[in-house]
Amino acid sequence: MDFIIGRKAGMTQVFAPDGGPVPVTVVEVGPCTVVQRKTAEKDGYDAVQLGFLPRGEKGLSKAELGHFKKGGVQPFRVVREVPLTEADKDLQPGSVLDVTIFDRGDWVDVAGVTKGRGFQGVIKRHKFRGGPGGHGGMFDRLPGSMSASSFPSRIIKGKRLPGHMGAVQQTVQGLLVVDIQPDSNAILIRGAVPGPKNGIVLLRRSIRVKRIGLEKPKEQVRSMNPLKASKRAARGG
Amino acid sequence: MDLIDRIEREDMRKDVPDMEPGDTVRVHVKIVEGDKERIQVYEGVVMGRSGSGLRERFRVRKISYGVGVERIFPVHSPRIEKIDLVRKGRVRRAKLFYLRGRKGRAAVVKERRRRA
Repeated sequence: MDFIIGRKAGMTQVFAPDGGPVPVTVVEVGPCTVVQRKTAEKDGYDAVQLGFLPRGEKGLSKAELGHFKKGGVQPFRVVREVPLTEADKDLQPGSVLDVTIFDRGDWVDVAGVTKGRGFQGVIKRHKFRGGPGGHGGMFDRLPGSMSASSFPSRIIKGKRLPGHMGAVQQTVQGLLVVDIQPDSNAILIRGAVPGPKNGIVLLRRSIRVKRIGLEKPKEQVRSMNPLKASKRAARGG
Repeated sequence: MDLIDRIEREDMRKDVPDMEPGDTVRVHVKIVEGDKERIQVYEGVVMGRSGSGLRERFRVRKISYGVGVERIFPVHSPRIEKIDLVRKGRVRRAKLFYLRGRKGRAAVVKERRRRA
């Protein structure tokens, strides 16, 4: 299985075998229960619906309750559908997935909803440079010119302007699984992951790393990022 | 949050002496040269500690050949073989940045004696 739902616990660091610090995000993943199995015959495609974080029945509509009941499972707070590969065809409602679908040294992509930043100006939102700090510059953080005048006499679509920033889904690809702890359902992922603490994230076996065929890194190089060419060169790999 | 705590605790050392700002410590640092590993001893005054949990660091100042040297070590780093507490110092603040402006006798932290 290549997918699982998790909840971000926060960031810390651990020490690699070579003694160097590794920044990690701790994500509490699974256990996720299959709520519904979609099949090519019935639904036109193969997929499973995963449930994460059990909840009570209170507040759920009859339709929602019925959906869980049909799968013969308890209600869940988070339900996500994920695609299914040939190898996982035997997953049925009630099947449970946990951290152990991943292993130390695997590569994952993590998707989550980024922290909301509210209404932001053009410097924070679009990395504009802003005006000079001195010499009497009176152009501070403004967006500047919109467009030319008589031609085209309109503003080109997609003009980067101030507005609402964050709270959108974002995926970070190619993160290294530093460690898994099956007894606490924790997974330690190198680097940062979108969203606030306690935010829901979806983990997927990395598609890009699969494509370029990168091997599992050796244990002793954990404090370096093997995806960075500069770091690979430094240790002569 | 307690999940993070637990993970941090796994990597934390239990042999860290009770060192405070002003104390003199001897840090035995593992140094890897090629395929050889050796221990280097770095002795100086603890200027302060910062951070918390597994990420806590401490700053040690010494005068080496007339030049002030400050190194920051992670308290729980596996690259530290051991930390010896040489002397307790009597200081009145948590961060001893004032040592930087001092030379010779003025830069010496007085030893803390046990209260009678």
